[in-house]
Amino acid sequence: MTRLLVCPPDFFGIEYEINPWMRLSNRVDHERAVQQWHGLMRVLEQDVGVEIERMTPIAGLPDLVFTANAGIVVGRTAVVSRFRYPERQREEAYFENWFSGHGYNVVTLEKELIFEGAGDLLGFSDCWFGGYRQRSDIRAFPHLSDLFHREIIPLELVDSRFYHLDTCFCPLSGGELLYFPSAFDPYGQTAIAQRVQKGRQLLVPEDDALKFACNAVCVGNHVVLPSGCPATERLLQAKGYRTHSVPLDEFMKSGGSAKCLTLALD
Amino acid sequence: MSLHQETVLISGHIIDSLILAKVLDIILMMGGTFDLEDVHIGTTREEPSRARIVIRAASTALLDDILKAIQPHGASVERDADCRTVEAPADGIFPDDFYATTHLPTQIRLHEQWIDVDRIEMDLGVLVDARNSAARAIPMAEVRQGDRIVVGREGVRVIPLQRPSERDVFGFMESQVSSERPHHHIITDVAARMRQLRERHRQGHADSKVLLAGGPAIIHAGGRDALTWLIEEGFVHLLFCGNALAAHDMEADLYGTSLGYGLAAGRAVPHGHEHHLRTINKIRAIGSIEAAVTSGVVQQGIMAACVRQNVLVIMAGTIRDDGPLPGVITDSVRAQSAMRAAIPGVGLALLVASTLHAVATGNLLPATVPTVCVDVNPSVPTKLADRGSFQAVGLVMDAASFLSELARLLGRSS
Repeated sequence: MTRLLVCPPDFFGIEYEINPWMRLSNRVDHERAVQQWHGLMRVLEQDVGVEIERMTPIAGLPDLVFTANAGIVVGRTAVVSRFRYPERQREEAYFENWFSGHGYNVVTLEKELIFEGAGDLLGFSDCWFGGYRQRSDIRAFPHLSDLFHREIIPLELVDSRFYHLDTCFCPLSGGELLYFPSAFDPYGQTAIAQRVQKGRQLLVPEDDALKFACNAVCVGNHVVLPSGCPATERLLQAKGYRTHSVPLDEFMKSGGSAKCLTLALD
Repeated sequence: MSLHQETVLISGHIIDSLILAKVLDIILMMGGTFDLEDVHIGTTREEPSRARIVIRAASTALLDDILKAIQPHGASVERDADCRTVEAPADGIFPDDFYATTHLPTQIRLHEQWIDVDRIEMDLGVLVDARNSAARAIPMAEVRQGDRIVVGREGVRVIPLQRPSERDVFGFMESQVSSERPHHHIITDVAARMRQLRERHRQGHADSKVLLAGGPAIIHAGGRDALTWLIEEGFVHLLFCGNALAAHDMEADLYGTSLGYGLAAGRAVPHGHEHHLRTINKIRAIGSIEAAVTSGVVQQGIMAACVRQNVLVIMAGTIRDDGPLPGVITDSVRAQSAMRAAIPGVGLALLVASTLHAVATGNLLPATVPTVCVDVNPSVPTKLADRGSFQAVGLVMDAASFLSELARLLGRSS
């Protein structure tokens, strides 16, 4: 059974601005955020049937809810993230403690190698893709490739609104790729086209992309995505996926959605 | 050195991701150039690839901009090491594993700074003066016990020639040698360079000297008048030759023959074979070629023009020389040193009708000096190219025709 690591939004809010979506003036409706988060958990546990691991939230770390950035987990090995911004660097120790406390072999990269976990490293079973330039450092990927014996194709993120790879790129269990091409330059688009056949590319329109349609959680033939992305749902349904749309707009104020709120644990 | 360069390393899945292509595109788009070194392409999807890229730019500022632009894509500056030096074990002997030079611009890294190797020449060692942060190429014979000599390849870099901005025959810097190539445009380009260099030489600019290294075939073939004219008109500033060119040139003035053949009549004259010996004997009696000219014994020709125009003549002897003439340096190591000392400041080299002098001079010239090698025998320019003087333009033609055409293009009325 798929296990996901999550962190309840007890202390979620906007306390700083580190991406174009965050505005200190755009206050989070905390009660609504908590409801939306529980709505997502309900869908994941009851409709999709995944097992949820809950971290203990920490006061003063509003973004700890975005567990996708805890690190990357393969088997019993966890590489803990090194965040670009000091505001999130304080989360590193908590994620590391959780992994080591749960029996994972914890690996840390050299101090100067910024790597923001599953937010910037996604892929299929044989080939992974690494988003860089906005947050993660491209030089982290050769180390991860070496550690996990996987090919990692680096993709430059050229639009600051799509600052993590998981905001514009979502590999699906059937080998299709849901993504927003304009978030990549022509080199990246070509590299993607070389790895994913045309018939398997599901191109998300801009309206949906800006609602973080690609920030979806795919488990088996279920895809959980933020509500308000009907075109993307149709694309997915045409490929036989069952879509579950969940209102998550309170988290979009912080630049995160369904995928950002979860971390796949093998 | 006008070129600024830095070596960067990039690794990972850089091929299929087009990251390497992107980095190279960025370098070119920003106005830099690059050489790809040590490209290793992973043999499986899993195996990473890596590349070493030497980046060059016209200024430090541009180089810095390029490095800043490619750094986010994973290209990191290679950490260079200083060069290693070892003391020469004895006079005239390099330490084992000494670095052997090419004739290309070369730099060594000393105290974390790249410095130029002065007086670069092929097949020498590099002498380091660490106290003064200086380095120069040094021949084996000149090394002294205790001299610090560069060993190994670490901390040494060779800078390939930039394509010159002039779009003439030298712009290609490739020594294609063929008797079938048309000569005219090559000689026209040489003439244009010489006209330019004479002007620069008169104004006292650096690297404006024209060197001619020639053999006696210039006299036999009838190129004496044209070369004399070129010297008189100030187009040639340095002459390398042997005993024979000087002897036959003065024989022609004193007897009207070249190795006994009447230059005008075109046939052997009675006892003509003695003429060059009598010439050499006469000059030996006078004491020097210069005295023979200033005293009026020798009046016309190449040697006379050189004396009158103050053109430095370096005569290197060979084992079969008659005499030799006063001034001929019979110790070949000394002759080589004398030629070497005269090379700085040369902006164009003409190697005409002499295998030994052409190859010897080619060995001494840095690759940055445009060079023309003229010989009826295609093996001479070929030999020069094979020995590393790839910048030499080869012209397979008769010396007299070359010199006459060159002089005509420079204004000599025929």
